[in-house]
Amino acid sequence: MSTFNTSREEIAIVSFVELSPAEASQLDEIETIQTIVSRATDGAGIARDRIGFTVSGSCDMLVGRPFSWIMAMDGAGVSKPIEESHVEMDGAWALYEAWVRLQHGDIDAALIYCFGANAAEDLMQVLALQLDPYYLAPTGINAAEVAALQASAMLASGATERQFAEVAVRAGLAVSVEAALAEPYLHRPLRASDLPRFSDGAAAMVIARGDYARSVCARPAWIQSMAHIADGHSLGARDLSKSPSLEKAARLAGVGAKATQIVEVHAPFGPQEVIALEALKQAGLSADAKVNPSGGTRAAQSVMVAGLAAIGRAASAIHRGEASRTVGHASSGPALQHNLIAVLEERS
Amino acid sequence: MQQPIDGVLEAPYVMEYTYRRSLGPVMSAFFTALRDGRLLGARTASGKLVVPPLEWDPETGAAIAGLEPAAEEGVVTAATWVAAPEPRHLLQEPFAYALIQLDGASTAMLHAVACASLEACPVGTRVKLVWSESRTGSLRDIRCFEPVN
Repeated sequence: MSTFNTSREEIAIVSFVELSPAEASQLDEIETIQTIVSRATDGAGIARDRIGFTVSGSCDMLVGRPFSWIMAMDGAGVSKPIEESHVEMDGAWALYEAWVRLQHGDIDAALIYCFGANAAEDLMQVLALQLDPYYLAPTGINAAEVAALQASAMLASGATERQFAEVAVRAGLAVSVEAALAEPYLHRPLRASDLPRFSDGAAAMVIARGDYARSVCARPAWIQSMAHIADGHSLGARDLSKSPSLEKAARLAGVGAKATQIVEVHAPFGPQEVIALEALKQAGLSADAKVNPSGGTRAAQSVMVAGLAAIGRAASAIHRGEASRTVGHASSGPALQHNLIAVLEERS
Repeated sequence: MQQPIDGVLEAPYVMEYTYRRSLGPVMSAFFTALRDGRLLGARTASGKLVVPPLEWDPETGAAIAGLEPAAEEGVVTAATWVAAPEPRHLLQEPFAYALIQLDGASTAMLHAVACASLEACPVGTRVKLVWSESRTGSLRDIRCFEPVN
């Protein structure tokens, strides 16, 4: 394990909330953020004045206007000026920034929130804007078609459509393997049950240091380590059926150092869950770790939220006393290009 | 300006990437060559050929050794079928998106393969490049690839 990826200060996730898709769809952005932020702080007995840093994660491309997160910040409460930052990424990377900030050791706690509304345009097309503007975007390919190429590369190197169907059943997107395999192809070899179901969503999290963490949370989920790595931009320059960046991130985070009971994987397209689990296994993840006991994020995928949700759910399992060590995974990119791993532990 | 219909206000929504960008030494040479009907790849210090070319070796991050002509034939390494093309697509008749590893290259390039169905151009199919008649220095100077025989 790299010392760079290990917490230098004692830092724990002490609070995590997410909005149900039904709730999120009833609220505008500011109301959404006001709701989750107050639940994650006031609702969890965390005083706002102990929060020294606030980071949000969202994507202007989803809303269709620049700097949309500035307006949304009103919901977090800024009438007394706050120190804040933003990532144009999933909230998991906002968590990473907050974690780095807390390691300075001068503030007690940090607030992370993220939100994602459905796009005004075709979401699969919006997500493809992450592709490079020279060799990939001019082909007009969308995110689902990129994921389909990846699934094709997996089949060419020995994976089976049955494996994809098993993931779909676990995600609640098909009633049985047979039912999944009976669906027509949408983007061959992908079927409807291999694709995410997009929904509005939002989530908020508070991380805190040492004694303050212990004072506000009965069972803090201590962040043992975090690491994130991206694969090269070019789709054809690596073996798409594997995720070297995820395996490397998991090794840097020391996933295999101890037994893990629960892993929450964020793979937007079903076959990518197969890739992610194989990479985690290569990095030493316990073979008997439960995969996505929360149900995973794919049946109600909120873009920019799902990654933080996976890590938050891994933390919640420790908060509830269901596990003593969990791993949360967040990803970005239609071919699982960028991967973040958080290793969480209970400490007595 | 168009009048609002029945009192409903309308605004255009165009999704685009409104940034000017320079191509740099490697991609500039690649796209200029495409305009002239030639395909270039990048030779890495370790001897591998990267097509389309990158400024840096994707494995090591080292600067490439230079550019050289690449083969116009290769093999499909991944493919998906587009049954109902939209205006954004490379071809307006059903086609396959494919990763194509050109002969001698260590990487694959994303483009369209014109074929009757995915059964006609699965992974492993040999394909060759088809040039567009009018070329402007973009990826669309390659019209598509098509199966060899």
